[in-house]
Amino acid sequence: MNENENQKIMGKISSINGSVIKVIGFSHQSIGDMVNVSEELNIIGEIIKILDNIAVIQCYEETLGLKLNAIVTNLQYPLSMELGPGLLNSIYDGIQRPLDYIAEITGDFISRGMKVNALDREKKWKFIPSVKNGEVVREGDIIGYVQEYALRHEIMVPQGISGTITGISEGNFNIIEKICSIKNKNKIYNQKILSKWPIRIPRPYHKRMMPDQPLITGTRVFDLLFPVARGGVVAVPGGFGTGKTDLQHSLAKLADAAVIVYIGCGERGNEMADLLNSFPKLVDPKNNHPLMERTIMIANTSNMPVSAREASIFSGITMAEYFRDMGKNVLLLADSTSRWAEALRELSGRLEEMPTEGGYPAYLATRLANFYERAGLIEIIGNPKRIGSITIIGAVSPGGGDFSEPVTTNTKRFVKAFWALDPNLAYARHYPSVNWSNSYSLYDNLAEFWEENIHKGWEEYRKAINYILSREGELSSIAKLIGPENLPPEQQLIIYTADLIKEGFLIQNGFNDNDRYSSPKKTMKLIGLFLKFYNESLSLIKKNIPFFRFKELEVINSIRRARLDVNNDNLDELELLDLMLSRDLLQIHRQYAELL
Amino acid sequence: MSIIYKNLTTVKDPLLYLKPIKHHNIKNGSMVRIKTEDGIRTGQVLSVSREIVVIQVIEGTFGIGVGTAETEISFLDETFEIGVSREMIGRRFNGMGIPIDGGDPILPEEMRKIDGEPINPTRRAYPKDVIQTGISLFDGLNTLIRGQKLPIFTGQGLPHNKLIAQIVNNAKVRSNEPFVTIFCGIGILAESALYFQQKFEERGTTRLISFINLASDPTIERLIVPKIALTTAEFLAYKHDMHVLIVLSDMTSYAEALREVSNIKGEIPARKGFPGYMYSDLASIYERAGRIRGRKGSITQIPVVTMPNDDISHPIPDLTGYITEGQVVLSRDYHQRGIFPPIYPLASLSRLMKDAIGEGSTREDHSDVASQLYAAYNKFLQIKELESIIGSDSITLVDKKYLKFGSLFEEYFANQGETERSFEDTLNIAWNILSPLGAGELIRIKKEYIKKYFVKRR
Repeated sequence: MNENENQKIMGKISSINGSVIKVIGFSHQSIGDMVNVSEELNIIGEIIKILDNIAVIQCYEETLGLKLNAIVTNLQYPLSMELGPGLLNSIYDGIQRPLDYIAEITGDFISRGMKVNALDREKKWKFIPSVKNGEVVREGDIIGYVQEYALRHEIMVPQGISGTITGISEGNFNIIEKICSIKNKNKIYNQKILSKWPIRIPRPYHKRMMPDQPLITGTRVFDLLFPVARGGVVAVPGGFGTGKTDLQHSLAKLADAAVIVYIGCGERGNEMADLLNSFPKLVDPKNNHPLMERTIMIANTSNMPVSAREASIFSGITMAEYFRDMGKNVLLLADSTSRWAEALRELSGRLEEMPTEGGYPAYLATRLANFYERAGLIEIIGNPKRIGSITIIGAVSPGGGDFSEPVTTNTKRFVKAFWALDPNLAYARHYPSVNWSNSYSLYDNLAEFWEENIHKGWEEYRKAINYILSREGELSSIAKLIGPENLPPEQQLIIYTADLIKEGFLIQNGFNDNDRYSSPKKTMKLIGLFLKFYNESLSLIKKNIPFFRFKELEVINSIRRARLDVNNDNLDELELLDLMLSRDLLQIHRQYAELL
Repeated sequence: MSIIYKNLTTVKDPLLYLKPIKHHNIKNGSMVRIKTEDGIRTGQVLSVSREIVVIQVIEGTFGIGVGTAETEISFLDETFEIGVSREMIGRRFNGMGIPIDGGDPILPEEMRKIDGEPINPTRRAYPKDVIQTGISLFDGLNTLIRGQKLPIFTGQGLPHNKLIAQIVNNAKVRSNEPFVTIFCGIGILAESALYFQQKFEERGTTRLISFINLASDPTIERLIVPKIALTTAEFLAYKHDMHVLIVLSDMTSYAEALREVSNIKGEIPARKGFPGYMYSDLASIYERAGRIRGRKGSITQIPVVTMPNDDISHPIPDLTGYITEGQVVLSRDYHQRGIFPPIYPLASLSRLMKDAIGEGSTREDHSDVASQLYAAYNKFLQIKELESIIGSDSITLVDKKYLKFGSLFEEYFANQGETERSFEDTLNIAWNILSPLGAGELIRIKKEYIKKYFVKRR
């Protein structure tokens, strides 16, 4: 240690421009090295370029008050995440500093120069081994676990280590104590619970697999019309006021995943406060634990340093990969990737790089790919054989709501589902404001899983709704010209059914206890009602029964309200509505059968 | 020992450039004292390197001599600070925080850095209490919450000044807690400043602080005045437990000043010539609104944004909308039809109202009524469009009810003029205008509220 002290690599600041500084005099340096800037302020920075032996550094904190010629120390390790138990139920800034702990030290406002560990070093965890002394393990193997809330937090052999286990036993350890040794020839590796991983390098895996299972979100429009697979990638673009953040919040609360990583990247402080207030109170219905206990939050609000915002999404994905490697299904929500791209643009501008479209650097697409490509359904390295997944749902905030801007178009290249939010729907308070004609999902291979494991008819229903909604799109413009009453009855039925589907199925009210989460069964039964109404009415209309009779059906109002009135546990009520609908349609049929 | 520079070589208004001597450890962001022939000016270091220091001069660089020994530049060790005090309440200041109402200078209780520090997200309290503006379209449909930032998007020629004056004069919190309003004029016309002063004096200025940067004042001051106003607000809110409502008029002038300086610095522009960091910069102002756990005070912001050419997708309103918690949009159409305040309900939104309104705060039926008004007004507009094409004879009876509702909405609910309404008044008017629709159409309102509040048609 002492030797290291003497070999401190130091330089001096030769230029300060916003969060970018230049340093002269490092005897040794490489891209990605962390540095400590100024012995007075202790700001953290990262070397991002080296020009003629001058290090170009982005600082993760405000540089106001920093002095020319101040001393900078090269710490010679890359920006890394601390990985281990204690991650869940935490809230970090963009470079994994625990914000609640910082608040204890510096109070209500964030001051500079805070050096704090991401994970608690004191807390003891009960380690339960799953291998025995004398067993041979290799990298990625699980050697035991600690229980972190409801999650079995597996402890894995780090990359590049293999050998024979010695000295393993059950016991209470903090994360930096030795839990066992791994002996390989003459080398002995002391395994701890804590591990570290640099954020810019993806964690290696054994094999990538084709995502073929749905990630159930509990939001009808997604589960049925625009599904996402476990391990899939979705972009959610929308101008301001279209409900992106509310949508991300509701996914974080309701989606079916073992771990949620929520990245509030350059967004509003009050929204993070909302999440932090509500999450500890909300309960995960699957295990009755508070939702916060499956969640890691990264809050780098818009007024926090811009370089840390750039790092935040890579910090988040690194933590997600760690849980994936345990064989968990992880959902990563990034709100918003546009703010991240803007941080990239700001730094690029300070580096005086040649800009491309919209001022963004030419490597925008590469960086986006670096991030999105870390999602996937993955076969993990090591024993026991396990499969984990990371699903990314990234919000995009296109300037002026214009989807042709660079971040949206480049993001589109790397995602397979696109949930386009529409301001006109939002104006009409149609939430989630997902536009059904601009959105798409290429995860149509999920049909098989749905049919076999969840509910029959998924594919068929999708086709039917798509038909009705797209026909309505065409017809409504004609209806506006000549008045809906003057269309042929079949077409009036389409417009009418489409309106029913929008009001009674696509809209979902986050404030209604019955409607907030729609179980796959409820979703399917509900849409079944609307399609039954459509199909049977259509066949009756073809027998010349006038259209207005169907509009007068009283059961329609109950069906329209069913999403609000029927609880997920009480789907018999939908069966009842189904019977009532059959009865009423039959009645119409009978009345007219006598007449015709 | 301070080093005095006399080697000024380059001036690009409002920036000065000079080469620092070796081993002079100039501080980034530090204050600069510039002694010229006609007095002392203040500057701030924008960026610094061994080759060049860039200084922005707050009063502008006009008349600063280059190549003469008279111009002396020295670097101070501190960054920008102002003195704040409770005495400031009731007073009027210029863009640098110097009194312009003829009164005595302020005796500071405390010196504060104007840039402020970000609130730790874990220490934020979620805004939950309402502010009554007395305007139905605000209170009923876009309720303003303590700790919120809710901008007004307007256009040239719209009566936003009148609206702001009305809000500043009438806004109140519903308890007896101390409440202060700060008016921060950024690049406003001298005539507007006069108008505001008169309007405010009508109501008395005992709970008002004004900071005025006129359009003719130096550009750099526009970048500083909102920070001074917010620093004062933070002092009053977090040190003295006051609720502070701060009106920033107009943020378009601020953003344009930002562009002007960025352009002179030779930075690479992003959209429409505005700098790439404009989002972060605006956020550093807007995010200073909020509440903090365990502290009584709050800071609520109403920034005014003039949309150039009424274009809501212009970078200034666009980036603002992404940071603020909703927006209130003024409509030229309403204004032309004589509706005041001309707030267009469908484009307006208050993101924080959902958790703050209702029983115990405004009234139990508030949320349902607001949702119903939105839905019904939206439907009214669709029917109106249809009517204009196919004629009023061909529309259904139900549709006609909506037409009736729509005209009542605009005439009575929206067009309140300069009157002041309580939440109670606003909601009662809402039930009155919903009446022609009949109870059956009110599908967004709980049945018990319909029973309790529905007004039968006379």
